[in-house]
Amino acid sequence: MSEFILSATGLTKTYKQRSGRFGFSTTLVKALDNVDIALKSGTTLAVVGESGSGKSTLARCLLQLQPLDAGKVLFDGRDLASLDREALRAARRDLQMVFQDPFASLNPRMRVGEIVVEGLVIHQLGDAEQRRAKVVSMLERVGLSAADMKKYPHEFSGGQRQRIGIARALILDPKVVVCDEPVSALDVSIQAQILLLLKELQREMGLSYLFISHDLRVVRHIADEVAVMHRGRVVEQGQVEALYANPREEYTQNLLNSIPGRHRQAA
Amino acid sequence: MADLLKVEKLTVAPAAAPSRLLVNNVSFSLSPGRTTCIVGESGSGKSLTALSVMGLLPKALQRVSGDIVFQGSSLVGLSNTQMCDVRGKRIGMIFQEPMTSLNPVLTIGFQVGETLSTHLGLSGKALRTKVAALLESVGIPAERANSYPDELSGGQRQRVMIAMSIACEPAMLIADEPTTALDVTVQAQILALLADLKTRMNMGMLFITHDFGVVADIADDVVVMFRGEIVEKGSVGDVLDRPQHPYTRALLDCVPDAEGRKALKPIDYDWLKGASV
Repeated sequence: MSEFILSATGLTKTYKQRSGRFGFSTTLVKALDNVDIALKSGTTLAVVGESGSGKSTLARCLLQLQPLDAGKVLFDGRDLASLDREALRAARRDLQMVFQDPFASLNPRMRVGEIVVEGLVIHQLGDAEQRRAKVVSMLERVGLSAADMKKYPHEFSGGQRQRIGIARALILDPKVVVCDEPVSALDVSIQAQILLLLKELQREMGLSYLFISHDLRVVRHIADEVAVMHRGRVVEQGQVEALYANPREEYTQNLLNSIPGRHRQAA
Repeated sequence: MADLLKVEKLTVAPAAAPSRLLVNNVSFSLSPGRTTCIVGESGSGKSLTALSVMGLLPKALQRVSGDIVFQGSSLVGLSNTQMCDVRGKRIGMIFQEPMTSLNPVLTIGFQVGETLSTHLGLSGKALRTKVAALLESVGIPAERANSYPDELSGGQRQRVMIAMSIACEPAMLIADEPTTALDVTVQAQILALLADLKTRMNMGMLFITHDFGVVADIADDVVVMFRGEIVEKGSVGDVLDRPQHPYTRALLDCVPDAEGRKALKPIDYDWLKGASV
C-alpha cells in the first residue's frame, strides 16, 4: 500500500451558470481546474479557500457524489471511477463524510439510534444485538449516552448534533473521513470541543481526514498539511507550519494577513 | 469625555415570562470616536442589547427596566415616530446579511438616496451628487449607482449598507456581526473601512461580534457577555491580555490562534459555575 490513502490527479469540473439580467445566456464556471491532491494515511489534509474557490465541489467529486469532467481519484490503490455500483458502495464504507450543518444533515423523523445504525444495516454488518452494542459504544465514544438513542435530533444542541453526525460517520470504521466545514456553524467553545474530539478519534482509529474549511485559525490547529484553493485551482500546498510561516504565493499571503486578530497577536 | 451612549441597568425578558432575564442588568457607555465591542456566544444577549438600543426588540420581548441615554436624552419611552427620526439619522445601523437587508428590485443608488430624502429632504441633483459621494467614500465607483443588489458581491453589498447607514452622518453606528457572512479577505477590508469612517466622522461605534479576532482588530473597549449578563468590561488590551473573569479566560482559551502556539481548551461549564460567576 502506498503512503497515500486518497489521491486525485487532474480533477476538472465545469458548471454552466445562467447569467445576464434574465438568465438567458450562460457562462461556464470552472469549479475545479486540473486539481491534484493527496492525503497521507493517518493525517489531516485541510483544503482552505474562500467562497466559490471550489473546495466543497472538490469534496463531493472525491466521494463520487458528483461526476467529474476529467481526472482520476485513487482510493486505497483503486480508481473509484472504474468501480461499478456495488463496488463503489462497498468502497464508500471506508469513505465517510461529516457535514457542516448539523441541523440540516440529520433526518428529523429518525431517532438518533436509527440514524447512527443505518450504515451497519446498509452494509449488513452484525446482527441486531451486535449493532445495538456498537451504536451504544460509538455514542459513548463521542460523548453521548445510550439513552440518547431514543431521542430525535431536535432534542439536541448544535454541538451534540455534530457529535451524532460524527458517530454516524465513524460507526463503519472508515479509513477516510471528509469533513466539510464541520465546526463553522458552532460557537467557539463548542468548536473547541469538536476539534479536540476529532483529533482524539483520529489517533484512536487511525483515521485520515480531508478537512474543508474557510477558517484559517481552525486549520492551523487541526491540519498536518494544507492546500490553498483559489478559483478552482490549488495555488499552494504544503506542510502547515511551513506554509503559515512562509507563504510563497501572493494569494496565500493575502489570506493569512486577513486572519482577524493576527496582527495584534503578532505584536 | 461626555458619553455618547449610556446604557444603564438594562433588563430584557419575554413578555410572557418576565422572570426569564435574557439581558440582565447590563450597563456600559460609549464615547464619540471610540468602538465598543460586545462579544459573547450565541444566547449571551449581545444582539438583544443592540436591538434594545435601537428600539427594535421583537414584539414578544420587552424591556423590563433600565435606561438608554443617547446624546443626553433618554430613548426609553419615545414613540415609534420619534424613534424613526433617531434611527437612520442619528444612529446608523448595519446588520449581518447584506443580501436580505437590501431590496432586490431597487437600484443601490435609489436605496442609498432614500435615507437622504427621508431624513434630510434632499432631491434632484443635490441628492444624486450626495449619493455618488457616499458610494465613493465606501469604495464603490459612483457609476454603480444604477446597479441592482444581485449584480454586486457580498462585500460590495455590505459597503452599500455602510453607505446607507452613514448617509446622514450619524453620531453613532451600531454594527451587528457585519462581517460574519463574508470571506476573510473581504472581512479585513470592511473592518478597515469601518475603522477609517469612525475616525473621519468621529462616530461612536457599537460593534457586536462573537469573534475575538475581530475584537482585537477593531475594538477600543470590550464588553464580554455570558448568559445575559456582563461578566467583564474594559479596554481591549486589558480584556484580551489580562482577562480577570474566569469565563473570559475560558472563552479566550477556546479560540484557535493563527500561530498554533496554544493548545485548545474547551470551556468546563460545571467548573465555571463553581468559580465565582
